[in-house]
Amino acid sequence: MIAVQQLTKRYGRHTAVEDVSFHCEPGTVTGFLGPNGAGKSTTMRMICGLTPPTAGTATVDGRPYRQLPNPGRTVGVLLDASAQHAGRTGREALAVAAATMGVDRRRVGELLDRVGLGPTAARRRVRAYSLGMRQRLGLAHALLGDPRVLILDEPANGLDPEGIFWMRGLLRDFADRGGTVLLSSHLLREVEAVADRLVVIGGGRIVAQGDKDELLAGDGAVVRARDGAALRAAMHRAGLTVSEGSDGLLVGADTETVGQVALAAGVALTELRPAGGGLEQLFLTLTATAPGPVVPATTIAEPTGEVVR
Amino acid sequence: MTTVTTAPETAAADHRRVEHRPSLARLTGVELRKLVDTRAGRWLLITIGLVSAVIVTLQLVYAPDDEQTFANFFTPSLVPVGFLLPVLGILSITSEWSQRTALTTFALVPRRERVIAAKLVAVVLAALASVLTSLAVAAVGTLVSSATGGAGSWQFDRMLLLHAAVFQVATALIGAGFGLLLLHSPLAIVVYLVLPIVWSVLGELVRPLHRVAGWLDTNLTMEPLFTAEVTAGQWQRLAVSLLVWLVVPLVAGLVRTMRREVT
Repeated sequence: MIAVQQLTKRYGRHTAVEDVSFHCEPGTVTGFLGPNGAGKSTTMRMICGLTPPTAGTATVDGRPYRQLPNPGRTVGVLLDASAQHAGRTGREALAVAAATMGVDRRRVGELLDRVGLGPTAARRRVRAYSLGMRQRLGLAHALLGDPRVLILDEPANGLDPEGIFWMRGLLRDFADRGGTVLLSSHLLREVEAVADRLVVIGGGRIVAQGDKDELLAGDGAVVRARDGAALRAAMHRAGLTVSEGSDGLLVGADTETVGQVALAAGVALTELRPAGGGLEQLFLTLTATAPGPVVPATTIAEPTGEVVR
Repeated sequence: MTTVTTAPETAAADHRRVEHRPSLARLTGVELRKLVDTRAGRWLLITIGLVSAVIVTLQLVYAPDDEQTFANFFTPSLVPVGFLLPVLGILSITSEWSQRTALTTFALVPRRERVIAAKLVAVVLAALASVLTSLAVAAVGTLVSSATGGAGSWQFDRMLLLHAAVFQVATALIGAGFGLLLLHSPLAIVVYLVLPIVWSVLGELVRPLHRVAGWLDTNLTMEPLFTAEVTAGQWQRLAVSLLVWLVVPLVAGLVRTMRREVT
């Protein structure tokens, strides 16, 4: 498990991460969400002992990362898929790591197979790898020591849709077998499908965290119809609050009610889905204002709290 | 250090989990492997070997017959090799940063001083191996020489071997020190190559520096190492110059590397 307590990182007068606390429990996937520059990577590097924190502590498996005797056997880390020697072959990159950790060399071949890097790809130098192949290699690298914990920074970057689907399955399976996963992303949709818990960071601060279903369960629905005016009029007549969303009407009712109203009014819908609660809105606000340290005061959560709306 | 702890079993890992701290020997093995597992590293080592061979060949062709002795084949090959070994030392340290592998290296071994120690041992072993290569090439040269009418004398003062080893190890470690301090491949190589030249020129030009140079210019202090006899005074001068050019950068570089944020 991972425990982060009041981590803070300042660079001169700039505060990159401020008072970040969260826990990741065994058997769960935690999505670490935030726009680019929100402090996700800095937080993850602090957890892994690569960046000294200004204040606060982080432990993995009950110990500060730097005190783990052989960290690769406890926690698999993928912080940047491009951080591999361009002149080494994929297989060699893994062999070096296996030798460092004292892992049986046969695992190198197993892992290459598991992440879908065939013999030809494994013999090629990392220089010639696409970002997607580097992510696969990085994932193999993280899994090499058969760890109980995974810390992955934007692992879906550069993967094709099929690759993303595959990775979700892999992470879900890892967690279901008792592992702990922390993965970051700047896309809500990307982690929504696999995460059990979400930690949302913006401007270096945690703005929301909690159970995914709770955070996403929400008020309102997004609805679209070819005849937008008729739809809007129908919702108004039904006494529902309507506002213009970025990709359709935001209606203050659940999808069932909205569907019934549209049916009664004879409006054919092209889309109807839950709005994703306050989280989606919050996330959009963060993305719109990022990167910047200013977060609307109303959305800043208490250290242990859920979303504040 | 080799305490074996069996961690509580989880569903994710149903085999016995051994949590050794990687031994220094294992880490050194890994660092030696990293010296040769890229094309650049391999060619650097091959070049070091080839340079010795070329020097000996040139002597076979151009040196007067009576000078074609084992010792005379051995000593001249030390200089060009000693020119390349520091580059090996520099790259072994700086490539972690330029290739950004420091991120994975230090994630696997967060005790950075252990990685650095392993790198230094690997560089020293490479330097010693280069001396063996010089010996082997010189031996071949001597055999060829005696077969083709040269002197082919095997007379060799063992002290010469010791001095050669000190020379190569010192130059390689000076390179590693520069790498550790600057953490940037081109910068470290350029500074390493240019500084001694600047220093030699200054030592010649500026009279008050002339005496100091005798103690600090490694070009001068290492010269006696090419002979079989080094006096106590020469050892002292060598020690002082190595303190400045080897120990200080190494220590300062270690402190910098320990503190540096890895991104």
